[in-house]
Amino acid sequence: MNQVTPFLRALGAVVWKDLAAEWRSREMLSAMLVFALLVILIFNFALELDPVGRANITAGILWVTFTFAGTLGLNRSMAVEKDRGCLDGLLLAPVDRTAIYFGKALGNWIFMLSVAVIVLPVYSILYNINLFQPGLLLVILLGSEGYVAVGTLLSTMSVQTRTRDILLPILLFPIVIPVVVAAVKASGNYLAGLEMAEIQPWLNLLIVYDVVFTAVSFMVFDAVVEE
Amino acid sequence: MIEVRSLVKRFGPKTVLRGLDFTVEQGEFVALLGPNGAGKTTFLRILSSLSRQSLGEVKIAGYHLPHQSAAVRRRLGVVSHLPLLYGDLSAEENLQFYGRMYGVPVLHDRIGTVLELVGLAARRRDLVRTFSRGMQQRLAIGRAILHDPDVLLLDEPHTGLDQDACEMLDDVLRQVAVRGRTVVMTSHDLARAQDLASRFDILTRGRIQASVRGADLASDGLLAFYRQTLESTAQPAREARPA
Ligand SMILES: Nc1ncnc2c1ncn2[C@@H]1O[C@H](COP(=O)(O)OP(=O)(O)O)[C@@H](O)[C@H]1O
Ligand SMILES: [Mg+2]
Repeated sequence: MNQVTPFLRALGAVVWKDLAAEWRSREMLSAMLVFALLVILIFNFALELDPVGRANITAGILWVTFTFAGTLGLNRSMAVEKDRGCLDGLLLAPVDRTAIYFGKALGNWIFMLSVAVIVLPVYSILYNINLFQPGLLLVILLGSEGYVAVGTLLSTMSVQTRTRDILLPILLFPIVIPVVVAAVKASGNYLAGLEMAEIQPWLNLLIVYDVVFTAVSFMVFDAVVEE
Repeated sequence: MIEVRSLVKRFGPKTVLRGLDFTVEQGEFVALLGPNGAGKTTFLRILSSLSRQSLGEVKIAGYHLPHQSAAVRRRLGVVSHLPLLYGDLSAEENLQFYGRMYGVPVLHDRIGTVLELVGLAARRRDLVRTFSRGMQQRLAIGRAILHDPDVLLLDEPHTGLDQDACEMLDDVLRQVAVRGRTVVMTSHDLARAQDLASRFDILTRGRIQASVRGADLASDGLLAFYRQTLESTAQPAREARPA
């Protein structure tokens, strides 16, 4: 218990700090949102979707949008820490460093879900398709968790390098392919109204990836931040 | 309070610190001087547990680095040449955040005291990105002493400050250095260092090559001592290098 309280307090402090700073500037969320909405529009023009085809590839478009917008957020969230030395400030605190990792990851998750909260209704209205299905929301929750779990770790690595903005997607996308594939399949199956039996395997896969990615990131974060 | 023995730090093939020894008693204010690239920042980063030594023993307040780093960090305050502050948070919010990270008790009162001490009480609700470099540096010191650390590590705290800002910073430094607090400060400004510190150590070629107490120096003696140390250490090394 004595160990848990400082851990949670530090984790909460990191999340609070990220939300408060973002509430002030709104730089990151607005960039992510504008980007996400543009991607959706471009897909619409590029693919000239008919209503039936649209339903089938909606899942793909949504996840492309989330992953690309997510990278913007991940990069930005770590750059803020690095540029004014704040990452050192965090690491100097007498807390378990994984509290910092979980705090940053939780903040990134909240930002990614905020994008989803705006993108879903816009997409629903634009393309006249109902995306507010509990199953789909669950997939988004699980898929974005796996994504930010790895993304937060890798952005901590890439921010140390000169080419960080370019490096993050190059490192991150290959690793999260399984999460994205599982999320796209599960979302698509929900939207196509398939049986639970067809969806469940993909959901299970997502849960396994989430657990594995979170656990691995948790274990290696300390090594990543140490010189 | 600080005990370092045979410290070696390598970055790949490059050896920056080569068997450095360094001891500081409680309450001393040590200025760490040396040319650019001597490894002062590297050394302070090791002391502050941000970097891990390649070899050697580092002990602070009785705790070993890197294995007891959390216990060491609790007793350390660090000011680097970056402010370690969030521009989109106010002065008060920055301290609130760090106070929670350190688990500072009665945080609200403590923040008031610290802001008063560093002369920023009137600007407590302003965003840090609207602060001048001097104000940011004073707030950085406020952040470093928030949890009342026993040891304060300062890396070139005067860098980028104008004359007035330097003097205000020095006032703050004199106040935070009281009450038995141990301070190690790197600097390239010998005059300022001589004003503040009680002991001067010169780091060059990977080691502390000389150390002198303020009481043993004439008022302008530090510069002469510094030059002499650099010259006497540079000479033999040049001869030793193969042609
Ligand atoms: N992370 C690092 N990787 C490689 N070399 C480094 C790193 N940090 C410092 N150095 C090298 O160590 C030497 C000492 O640097 P530094 O400690 O910053 O010196 P000082 O603070 O005394 O000017 C420099 O030659 C620098 O290039
Ligand atoms: Mg330096």
